[in-house]
Amino acid sequence: MIEKAKAIDLLVVGAGPAGLAAAIAAKKAGVMDLMVLEREEEPGGILNQCIHNGFGLHRFREELTGPEYAQRDIREARDLGIPVRCGTMVLDITPDKEVTLVSREKGLEIFRARAVILAMGCRERPRGALAIPGTRPAGVFSAGTAQKIVNMMGYMPGHDVVILGSGDIGLIMARRMTLQGAKVRACVELMPYSSGLNRNIVQCLDDYEIPLMLSHTVIDVKGRGRVESVTIARVGEDRLPIPGTEQEIPCDTLLLSVGLIPENELSLGIGVTISATTQGPVVDNRFQTNVPGVFACGNVLHVHDLVDFVSAESTQAGEAAARYLGGYEDTGATEVRVVDGPGIRGTVPQRLLLPQGEIGEGLEMMFRPDRVYNNCFLTIKAGEAVLVSQRRRILTPGEMATAKLSPQLLETLRNEKELRLEITAEKQVS
Amino acid sequence: MQDVIIIGAGVVGCAIAQRLGRYSGKVLVLEAANDVSCGASKANSGIVHAGYDAVPGTDKARLNTKGARMMQGLCSSLGVPYGKPGALVLGFDADSKPALEALLKKAKKNGVPGCRIIGREEILAMEPRVNPEVSYALYVPESGLVSPYELTCALADSAAENGVQFQMNTRVKSLRREGDAWLVQTDRGDYTSRTVVNCAGVGAGELHNQISSRQVEIIPRRGQYYLLDHTLPLSFQMTLFQLPTPMGKGVLVTPTTHGNILFGPTAEDIPEGEDTATTHEGLQEVLKKVRLSYPGANTRTVITTFSGVRAHEKGGDFIIGAVEGAPEGAFEAIGIESPGLTAAPAIGEEMGDWVAYFLKLPANPRYIPPTPVPKAFSAMTEQERRVACQTDPDYGKVICRCETVTEAEVRRAVRRPVGARDIDGVKRRVRAGMGRCQGGFCMTRVMEIISEETGIPFEEVSKKGSDSAVLTGPIGEARND
Repeated sequence: MIEKAKAIDLLVVGAGPAGLAAAIAAKKAGVMDLMVLEREEEPGGILNQCIHNGFGLHRFREELTGPEYAQRDIREARDLGIPVRCGTMVLDITPDKEVTLVSREKGLEIFRARAVILAMGCRERPRGALAIPGTRPAGVFSAGTAQKIVNMMGYMPGHDVVILGSGDIGLIMARRMTLQGAKVRACVELMPYSSGLNRNIVQCLDDYEIPLMLSHTVIDVKGRGRVESVTIARVGEDRLPIPGTEQEIPCDTLLLSVGLIPENELSLGIGVTISATTQGPVVDNRFQTNVPGVFACGNVLHVHDLVDFVSAESTQAGEAAARYLGGYEDTGATEVRVVDGPGIRGTVPQRLLLPQGEIGEGLEMMFRPDRVYNNCFLTIKAGEAVLVSQRRRILTPGEMATAKLSPQLLETLRNEKELRLEITAEKQVS
Repeated sequence: MQDVIIIGAGVVGCAIAQRLGRYSGKVLVLEAANDVSCGASKANSGIVHAGYDAVPGTDKARLNTKGARMMQGLCSSLGVPYGKPGALVLGFDADSKPALEALLKKAKKNGVPGCRIIGREEILAMEPRVNPEVSYALYVPESGLVSPYELTCALADSAAENGVQFQMNTRVKSLRREGDAWLVQTDRGDYTSRTVVNCAGVGAGELHNQISSRQVEIIPRRGQYYLLDHTLPLSFQMTLFQLPTPMGKGVLVTPTTHGNILFGPTAEDIPEGEDTATTHEGLQEVLKKVRLSYPGANTRTVITTFSGVRAHEKGGDFIIGAVEGAPEGAFEAIGIESPGLTAAPAIGEEMGDWVAYFLKLPANPRYIPPTPVPKAFSAMTEQERRVACQTDPDYGKVICRCETVTEAEVRRAVRRPVGARDIDGVKRRVRAGMGRCQGGFCMTRVMEIISEETGIPFEEVSKKGSDSAVLTGPIGEARND
């Protein structure tokens, strides 16, 4: 028996901050037939386990905890009457947007959506991805898993901790574990700079006198059943361990905060092109992927540092999906490719569509540098012509940077094929 | 008093136990770890070797080809993933042809059908990612794949359904003949049995030498591997072996039954049989050697690295049967290194029958043939999934997102006759936590389910047994130092 797919205008995959903001924006823009799908039992995504504060400074001018921030969107979605289906896993999405999902309540269902917004978030890189040598005992956790254990389940994953990687979750967990009575021996970072926000280094490590050991890595894990020690070593410029610098640290826990990977397995099934640098879909300035009617926003698109920016981006994606559903088409639009020049590692969006007629609004490009730059210039070029060259006091991979393109600047791109961002030591002029 | 005590619940011990389930007798399996399949049986290449490699006339050769012939039928009766994609043994220089011809000759002697030597063009047509500098290869159509731990778990279940008892966390310390029985001393008390079967893997040599005048030497030989994520399309369909070169024994590239790719193993003789650590040097060696077969090999999609320790006996052959130079009633299957996984069904059948014959055990009148492990949700068709969800709503709840494992499957992993008691046990049975996030998302839910199903308190659920607790206590409680 072949059951017919149910028709729906818009499916949003994921009810974290990205999915909720996108759904809210779409509904406000007039999309009435929509649904948000969430695999966990509650909406809110990873914010639910982020019980520390510091969320919402940009968006609400308030310091909220993760659950408080999430609750505002959850409430608004509810007030707008947006159906959010929890405990529902999307198994597959075809290129023609046939969405197969499964839930305990309704079993297997198939929807045919006119538009889909991908908002699945990201996952943490596990130990195996780094091929850290040694034994494979209990006591090695990704920082986010440890955060869930402490904040959601009320248990300690260990008491004597070394943290590898200085991503924000790792820094937050250094403080969290310390406050809960654990001894955090060190936060060890392979790179000569931290990948976390500066404010987190100050508030989560410095305030608790936890050493941040830059240019170090873990080269061995010992312990049969449970972690007994890790061995760290200094690394050279080639990021390889320097013999003679090994140091064995007794501990029962190794937390990993070594990078986040956008969860794009569903996207690949749809035929969405994935960027090698952001590891998220290649999108245009409407957050539309190469598959018409499929949009992406939040950490599935590129990993953000601040949820405020996830919400802002996702609002745009939701509005764009609504425009798409309203029949808006980019007929006659000029397409300009965005290219990462020297110093840039990952820009969103990767394609600009300039509509016919007057360009009413500017847009914001988001990018990360490939390393730390002090007193540099962000230069935007079209061909050899320098459009913008702005001084930046500091650019660091740990903080996403933005570049605003004014409507006037966008107008000048009409005859261009390519827009290039690069980081230069000197101010550039054409 | 037991009729049979089997020491070691690896694939060999479980295969023997499963065979003995066809007879009426009291059979007990003692296992040092918290689960079956915790030694070399869980950490190997998962290859069903066709049998071209073993020295003709040896037990290894005989049991290899016999086991390979049994494997497909056995797997289908147990519901265990099996595949037969074939293999290529790659040679990279002009003089590799004579060496491959020698292998072909051995293949014929061992009764392996269908093998032939092929040239570069045909090799690259079969596997376009192979190093184009390849010269010749032995094509082995009968080479297969099996999921080794799923096979072991399913054999154990079938044995248990026929009355075989399993006792985990019990390490055998010594064996002694007392009167007309064997005294088996363990770290959890003594047992007596009319017969003992030693299949203790890397620990088997010590037990053998306690009871036999003919000493053996089991050398723990470690093999390190990379496991890559499954991606579509598969980068390789077949298993790629390398012809040994003056540089040493090669490594293989193979898909697994679940579509992952394995690189490995190394072959390092190590002093301690339980040392399954990986090393930087070992993993680098694997990568370097793999690039000979597959120049595009990289670690970008690696999800884990691991190592297993195989039990290499100095003489080089399997040692199976009644223990030579020992009092009667002692049997063994030791030195079961590669192709031991392939040979296991044959070893199980022969050893089981020998022991039963020795004891004159009657056939089990209530023998229950194996119940196949139900198809994984991830492998089901749309219609099968629909039906599964209607039958058991727990199929509607996906626990492991990377491998699409549902709550129904995790619960069944625990409820099976020899059920999972720890996180790794669930992983081996149904793959929750086996994927790219390595349990980051599903581990705590798996722990809750194990706790609900077994009554083990949540905070005591372990990764792999008693000394591997995941949690150190509730928050807010003082630490007991």
